[in-house]
Amino acid sequence: MPSRLRSRLHVPKPPARPGNKSDFSYLKLQPAGAQPKPDVRISAQATLPLATGLVRVLDDNHSAVGAWDPHLEPEVLQAGLRHMLLTRVFDERMQRTQRQGRISFYMRSYGEEAVSVAQAMALRPGDMLFPSYRNQGLYMVRGRPLVELMCQLLSNTRDMCKGRQLPVMYHWRQGNIFSISGNLTTQFPQAVGWAMAAAIKGEDHVASTWIGEGSSAEGDFHAGMVFAEVYQAPVLLNIVNNQWAISTFQGFAGGEKSTFAARGPGYGVPGIRVDGNDFLAVYAVTQWAADRARKGGGPTLIEHVTYRAAAHSTSDDPSRYRPKDEYLSWPLGDPVDRLKEHLIAQGAWTEERHAALTKELEDEVGASWKAATQYGTLNEGPRLDPDLMFEDVFKDMPAHLARQRDQLRAERG
Amino acid sequence: MAKMNMIQALNSAMDVMLDRDPGVVVLGEDVGYFGGVFRTTDGLQRKYGEHRVLDTPISELGIVASAIGMAVNGLRPVAEIQFADYIYPGYDQIVSELARLRYRSAGEFYAPVTIRTPCGGGIRGGQTHSQSPEAIFAHICGIKVVMPSNPYDAKGLLISAIEDDDPVIFLEPKRLYNGPFDGDPDKPAVPWSAHARGEVPEGHYTVPISKAEIVRAGRDATIIAYGTMVHVAEAAANALGLDAEIIDVRTIVPLDAETLCESVKRTGRCLIVHEATRFGGFGAEIAATVQEECFWQLEAPIGRVGGWDTPYPHAFEWEYFPGQKRVASALEALMSAS
Repeated sequence: MPSRLRSRLHVPKPPARPGNKSDFSYLKLQPAGAQPKPDVRISAQATLPLATGLVRVLDDNHSAVGAWDPHLEPEVLQAGLRHMLLTRVFDERMQRTQRQGRISFYMRSYGEEAVSVAQAMALRPGDMLFPSYRNQGLYMVRGRPLVELMCQLLSNTRDMCKGRQLPVMYHWRQGNIFSISGNLTTQFPQAVGWAMAAAIKGEDHVASTWIGEGSSAEGDFHAGMVFAEVYQAPVLLNIVNNQWAISTFQGFAGGEKSTFAARGPGYGVPGIRVDGNDFLAVYAVTQWAADRARKGGGPTLIEHVTYRAAAHSTSDDPSRYRPKDEYLSWPLGDPVDRLKEHLIAQGAWTEERHAALTKELEDEVGASWKAATQYGTLNEGPRLDPDLMFEDVFKDMPAHLARQRDQLRAERG
Repeated sequence: MAKMNMIQALNSAMDVMLDRDPGVVVLGEDVGYFGGVFRTTDGLQRKYGEHRVLDTPISELGIVASAIGMAVNGLRPVAEIQFADYIYPGYDQIVSELARLRYRSAGEFYAPVTIRTPCGGGIRGGQTHSQSPEAIFAHICGIKVVMPSNPYDAKGLLISAIEDDDPVIFLEPKRLYNGPFDGDPDKPAVPWSAHARGEVPEGHYTVPISKAEIVRAGRDATIIAYGTMVHVAEAAANALGLDAEIIDVRTIVPLDAETLCESVKRTGRCLIVHEATRFGGFGAEIAATVQEECFWQLEAPIGRVGGWDTPYPHAFEWEYFPGQKRVASALEALMSAS
């Protein structure tokens, strides 16, 4: 039979499944310093090389190179290292408490710490953050006391969410961090609206929002991009491409034939693809995009190339769908290690100081946990008043909810 | 016959239908290689291949809409929405498209799509993994809505749904996946293997859509429930020593009003129990129907028990959940009214 061309259903295949050798040859990489840094007034279409390339600053010798080097003082880098390490220590400890049954659920950001930490540091305190559920580094940078985060995780008497939300779904109005939804991508177009309001009010605050590459398949992504472009909203639109959306790899979100950043120019929005495990590169790109937004240049779509080193959540077992040791082959390394090595190479850090800092942060997290559990845990100690369930459904409690509250009181005896 | 829990029974229904009908395809987030976050599609992609069991991008809108397109082109898609709480991005496609396609094209086009989705609370899922949204689908014209309460019905109803030429929303009470649950979280879990309805035929069979079932005959009152609440209602009636007739609605649309009303006419008393929020809940539709049909036989006002009219809170899961206590006190009120 003569062969002929015909349509076929393409099913994206991850490079490796359990039992296979890890393979990241699909990743398009570029050496540090390869990308030029354009003026912030660049047109969206002209950013295509930035959107398909990769902005990197830290090279393999741990030096900062190229036009995107933000030339940060060692103290700033040390602060960044501290925030990232704190995020990691916090995550590890909270994961353990979940395994011990003290909290019901947890989600780590292991391997992705540079994204949240470098971005929060490069933005201003008045800028509004619309995170996903894997951005705890934002809270570390903005300085929310750990006890308050832990009380949320414990759903205890000091829980900021009054027992209503799953663990990790924090919010912080005072710190300008929006309430985390459990539903995906909803925050993406909301951040655009916040930024539109900033422009309407004539303020120079910007908004920044984060979604995973998997979540970028939701329709909310499209709406956010269109509104951001139409109104030239001062917003940073971040896609954290951590390669895995539970069991489906980034090819199932449209990452096989194009980069995620390259969607930007198609919408008329500049796109930049950045090494998400390179603290300096993430910082520099964020600074550039925020500067652009504040100068009336409008939105920027940023793809952070990183790797979800942890499970999706404590309910997930990634060894069922990807090689167990895949993270060890990740070509962009570990964000904490890379910044640490850079500081050591600069003579601004030592292994001893690093070990001491790790110990200090572990102690801080341990002491905070002790303090937080005094306010109750999921199963022990003081509990929130169930009456709280009926508050905040509306500003003022309608009669039918007051009746149900009384009914529950009677039911509880 | 085999012992199956609800996950295995649902898996078996899809397995049977994938095998019988080459037009059946299964699609959804994580359903392929991984076999679903609740393992409901475990092994199906290995058995039937990547063109029959498809992992999808994370877009409920895309899942529902592409299922419609596939169905219009002759396939019989079984779409999974990972949690019912995530179905809303696909809501416009369900309400405006899936439900009305047959009507607006005067029957020339139709979409035999089944949408499976885990619903209900009891797994510490908080407000985004616990909802029971049956009422907002019941209010749409042109879509069937089903909620089984045990493995036997789950398999038979899912096969009926897949074979049905109309679209079906198939709600799976996830607290029942591994065993019946009577509303007491402190009791040790009971597996389905210890329950009569955990006996499930391995091959093809159907449980008809639009047929309620009298789970237990009784004379004193009629309790109308579905999903998890069937088990809670039964336990509450037992605790009170009440000879209540318990009816599992099983199909919400089209409602088997005949079975419900025939029972209430005999007992004269009616309590409706669902897990969803009470206000505007499906219990209101049942109550109105019963009142219209049975007004002259009623000996007491129709009672309704549901979740409170608040989002499902993480920390107060068991205060929110309409457990045995709430059902029992409603039953006592029902029996003492005269």
